[in-house]
Amino acid sequence: MLEPISVSLAQLNLVTLSPMLVAIAGALMILLIDLIKKDLDKTLYVMLSILILFVDFGATLSLNINERGFFDLMLIDGVSILGQLIIVIASILFIPLALTSNRFHEFSYPEFFALFLFMVSGFQFMVASDNLILIFVGLETASLALYTLIAMHNTQESIEASIKYFTMGAMAAGFFVMGAAAIYAVSGSIELYDVAKVFQARLMEPGITIPIIGGAVLMLVAIGFKVSLIPFHTWTPDVYEGSSAPMAGYMSIVPKISMMVVAMRLLGFYIDLGIDSIRIMIIILAVVTMTLANMMAIVQEDVKRMLAYSSISHAGFVLAALALDTTKAYSSIFLYYGLFLFTNLGAFTMLWISRAKNPTHHDRYHHPYSKFSGLVQISPIGAVIMAVFMLSLTGVPPFSLFWGKLFIISSVVDAGYIWLAIIMALNSAIAAFYYLKLIVYMFLYAPPADAKRIGYNRSRPLMLIVGIAAFVTTMSAFIMQPLMSYISYMVSVSGY
Amino acid sequence: MENILSVLVFFPLIAALLGILVNEKSIRAYGISVATIEFVLSLWLWMSYDSANGGFQFIEFFPIASDFGINYYLGIDGISLFIVIMATMITLIGIVSLSITKNLKNLIISLLFLEVTMVGVFVSLDAIVFYLFWEFSLVPMLYIIGAWGGEKRVYAAVKFFLYTFTGSLVMLVGMLYVAYIYHSVSGVWSFALTDWYALVLPLSVQKWLFWAFFLGFAIKVPMFPFHTWLPYAHGQAPTVGSVILAAVLLKMGSYGFVRFSLPMFPDASVAYIVPVATIAIIMIIYTAMVAYAQSDMKQVIAYSSISHMGVIILGTFAMNAEGITGSIFQMLSHGIVSGALFLLVGVIYDRTHTKEMSQFGGLAAVMPKYALIYGIMLMASVGLPLTIGFIGEYLSLAGFFKISPIMTLLAGTSIILGAVYMLSLYKKTFFGPVTNEKNKTLTDLNSKELMGLVPLVAIVIWLGVYPKPVLVPIDNSVKALVSFMHEKAQTPEARAIIKVSKSTKEAK
Repeated sequence: MLEPISVSLAQLNLVTLSPMLVAIAGALMILLIDLIKKDLDKTLYVMLSILILFVDFGATLSLNINERGFFDLMLIDGVSILGQLIIVIASILFIPLALTSNRFHEFSYPEFFALFLFMVSGFQFMVASDNLILIFVGLETASLALYTLIAMHNTQESIEASIKYFTMGAMAAGFFVMGAAAIYAVSGSIELYDVAKVFQARLMEPGITIPIIGGAVLMLVAIGFKVSLIPFHTWTPDVYEGSSAPMAGYMSIVPKISMMVVAMRLLGFYIDLGIDSIRIMIIILAVVTMTLANMMAIVQEDVKRMLAYSSISHAGFVLAALALDTTKAYSSIFLYYGLFLFTNLGAFTMLWISRAKNPTHHDRYHHPYSKFSGLVQISPIGAVIMAVFMLSLTGVPPFSLFWGKLFIISSVVDAGYIWLAIIMALNSAIAAFYYLKLIVYMFLYAPPADAKRIGYNRSRPLMLIVGIAAFVTTMSAFIMQPLMSYISYMVSVSGY
Repeated sequence: MENILSVLVFFPLIAALLGILVNEKSIRAYGISVATIEFVLSLWLWMSYDSANGGFQFIEFFPIASDFGINYYLGIDGISLFIVIMATMITLIGIVSLSITKNLKNLIISLLFLEVTMVGVFVSLDAIVFYLFWEFSLVPMLYIIGAWGGEKRVYAAVKFFLYTFTGSLVMLVGMLYVAYIYHSVSGVWSFALTDWYALVLPLSVQKWLFWAFFLGFAIKVPMFPFHTWLPYAHGQAPTVGSVILAAVLLKMGSYGFVRFSLPMFPDASVAYIVPVATIAIIMIIYTAMVAYAQSDMKQVIAYSSISHMGVIILGTFAMNAEGITGSIFQMLSHGIVSGALFLLVGVIYDRTHTKEMSQFGGLAAVMPKYALIYGIMLMASVGLPLTIGFIGEYLSLAGFFKISPIMTLLAGTSIILGAVYMLSLYKKTFFGPVTNEKNKTLTDLNSKELMGLVPLVAIVIWLGVYPKPVLVPIDNSVKALVSFMHEKAQTPEARAIIKVSKSTKEAK
C-alpha cells in the first residue's frame, strides 16, 4: 500500500512562486476576457499587461531573500530577485511599444499579450531556481513563447526569423539537456548545490576531469546560443532584422540577463572549485565575442543589424566579468544589464518610431543608415536623443553605460586581468566607430532632397518610453550610489 | 563665493540648455553675453584667488557614488587657474569673431557645451569627474568639426574622436588600476587626486601606469607619432574650432602630465625622461620641417602648434620648478598665440576662400592692420623677447638645460626653425608685389575682427613685458608640487633630479 504523501502548505512556501503565478494568472485572465468579449481594443490589453506586471513587480520585491520553496525547487536569493526585477521592468517598459500609430498585425490579437506574460513567467522561473530541470522548463516556456511572438509580426522575414531562432534554440536546448545529463552522470543530482558538493568531493578522483569539464562545455554551448556568443551567434542579426523592433530590443536584454543568471549559478561553482580551464574558456569566448562582433558590426548597412552585433559584443563584454568570481564582478553584470536595458530600450524604440509599413529607403532593410541622414535638421530633438543612446552605447560619460563599463572594467582590473581590461578598452574604441557612424549620418550629412518626417509610427506612449529611457540614460550618474549598493548587497547575500 | 568653481562649470551648461529656446536671430548676442559673464566670473576667480598659497583652493566636495570613491570634487591651484581663464577668454573671443551664419544656434550651443567640459577638466580633482569632462569634450568638438568644417570634415571629425577616445580608454584602465591599488592599501575606494598623490607606488608599477596615462595624454597633446589626427582636424575645422582646439583642448593633454603623471609617478617620470624628451625633440624638429614644407597657411600653423607643444612637454619633463613653470606659462602663451593665428587665418579665408599661400603676396600693402597684428603674433610664436612666447620657451629650455644641455640645444633649434617657417610664411603672404589681382580689393580688418584680436595683442605684449602677476601664482603652485615630488621620490636619481632650485628667482 502506498504511503500517503503529506505536504504542509507552509513547507511548500508557495509565496516563492507568487511572481510567476501572478504573470500566469494574468495571462489566463486575458485569454478569458477574449473568450467573453471579442473586438476589444489593444489598449485594454496593453494596460492590463502593464498592471499585471506591476503586481508581479510588487510580488517580486516582497519576496524574502534566501528562501527555498516548492520542494526546494525554487531558490529565491538576491541574484534571482535582481534577475526577476530586471525582467519585469524590461517587460513593463517594452509592452507599451504596442501602442503605435500604425496598425501592426500582432497587437490586434489578445493572444500576443497572453503569450508575452507566459514568456515573462518562464524567464522568471529560469532565474529563480537552481534545479536544472526547472531551469530548462522555464527556458523552454519562455523560448517557445518568444518564437511565436516573433512570428506573429507576420512578415516573410519575421517568419524566417522565428524559424531560424527556433532551430537554433532547439539545438541549444539539446545541448542544455546533454549538459545536464553529463552533470547528473557525475554527481547523481540535478540540484546545483548538491552537484557542487559532489564535485568538490570527487574532484581529486583520477579520470573525473573530462566528464566534469565536458558537462560544463555542453552547458557553455547552450548558454552561448542563448546569450549569442561567437561562434554561436549566427542567428542573432537575422532574427533581430526579421522581428519587430520592440521584440528585438526585448531579446537583447531579457533572455540574455536570464541566461547570464543561469550561467552565474552554473559556471560560478565550476570557477569556485578552481577549475581553471572553464575560466580560461569563458575569457577566450568573451574576447572573441566582443572583438569579432565589433568587426562585423562595422560593416553593417542596417542600424538594427548593427545593434544586433552590438548586443553580441556587449554580451561578450559582460561575459568577461563572469569569469572573475568576485562580488563586484557579479554585481556589475546586473548593473550593466540594468543600464543597458534603458539605453537599448531607447534605441530600439527610436527605430520603432521610424518604422514604416514597408521599407522606404532601401529595398531590403527597414532602417538603413541613410534613412537617418540629416535627421538633426528634420527632427532635432529626435536626433539628439538618438545620439544620446549611441553615445551611451559607446561608453561616453556621463551617459549610463559608461558607468556599467566602468564597473565591469574595474572589476576586471581588481581581479588582476589587466591585459583583458586593455582588450576591453580597445574594443570599446572599435565599437565607437560604428555608433559614431549613425551620429555622423544624423548630424553631419545633409538630409535627402525629398526629406520628410520619418516618425511614421510616432505616438504619445512611444515618446513617453523614449523620454523615460533618455532620462535614465542621461541622469544615471545620480542613482549610481543607491543602485550599486542595492545590487552589491543582493549579490553578496546570495553568496556570490 | 565659495562655490565659484561649480558656478563656472554649470553656468555655461545651463546657458546651453536655455539657449535652445532663444530665437535664432538673437543667438549671437546671447552667446556673447553668456561667454562674457563666464569670462568675468573666471576673472573674479582670479581676484579672489590667494596667490601666496600654492595648494588647492575653492575646494568643493559632493558625493556621487562615495562607496566606490567617485565624488564631485573640485579645486583649483596656480597651475590650472590661468588655463581656466584662458579657456573662458578664448571661448569668448571665438564667439565674438564668429563669421559662420549657417546653423548658428547649434554652433553656439555646442561651443557652450564645449566650454563646460573645458572648464570642468581643469578644475576637477576626482579622476572620474576629470575623465567625464575629458571624454565629453570630444562630442561637441566632433559636431563642430563635422558640421561646419571643410570638404573632408567627416573623416577629420571621426578620426579626431576615435584617436582620442582610444587613448583615453587605456588611460581609464590605468586610473582604475590606481584606484584598485589605493583600495588594497587603504581599504577604501577613492578616485580623489589628493588621495592618489599620497600613494607611494613601487617603481615597477609606476612604469606601467606611466605608459597607460602617457597614451591618453600623448594622443591629446598630440605627441609624435600620435599626431596625425591634428593636421586633419585643423585643416577641416572651422576657424572657431581650430582656435579652441589649439588653444585649450591640446592643453588638456599637457596639463594631464603635470596633474597626474608627475606627482603620481615621479620615479617613473624621471626614469623615462630620455625617451619622452627624445619624442619631444623629434616633435619639435620634425614637425617644424613639415611645417616649412606646407603650402597651406593653416597647416603651417597646425604643425607649428605641434612643434611648440614639444617644447611644453620638454619643459614639463625637466622636473624642476623652472621647467614646469615655463611649460605652464608656455601653455598659456601657445594658447593665446596659436588661437590668434588661427583667427587671422580665418580672417583671410573668409575673404578669399583659400588658405594657399601661393594665392597671396603683398597683402601688407592692402591690409596693413592685418599685417601688423599677424606680424606681432608671428613674432610671439617664434619666441621673440618682450612677447609672451619668449618667457615660456626660455624657462622651459632653461629648466631642461639642467637635465641635458645637448638635448636642450637640439630643442633650441625650435626657435630657429620656427623663425624659418614663420618668416617664410610671412614673406610669401605679405611682402612683395600683389601678385593676385583679386587680392587688390581686399578690405582690412573690420571692427568685429579687431574686437577679437586687439585684446590678444594686448595680452601678448603685456605678459611679454610684465609676466609677474601670472608667473608668481604658477610658480608658487609648481614649487609646492616639485617639493612634494621630491619628498615622494624613492630612487636616488629621481631625488637628485627633482628639486626646487634657487635660481628660479633670477630667471624671473
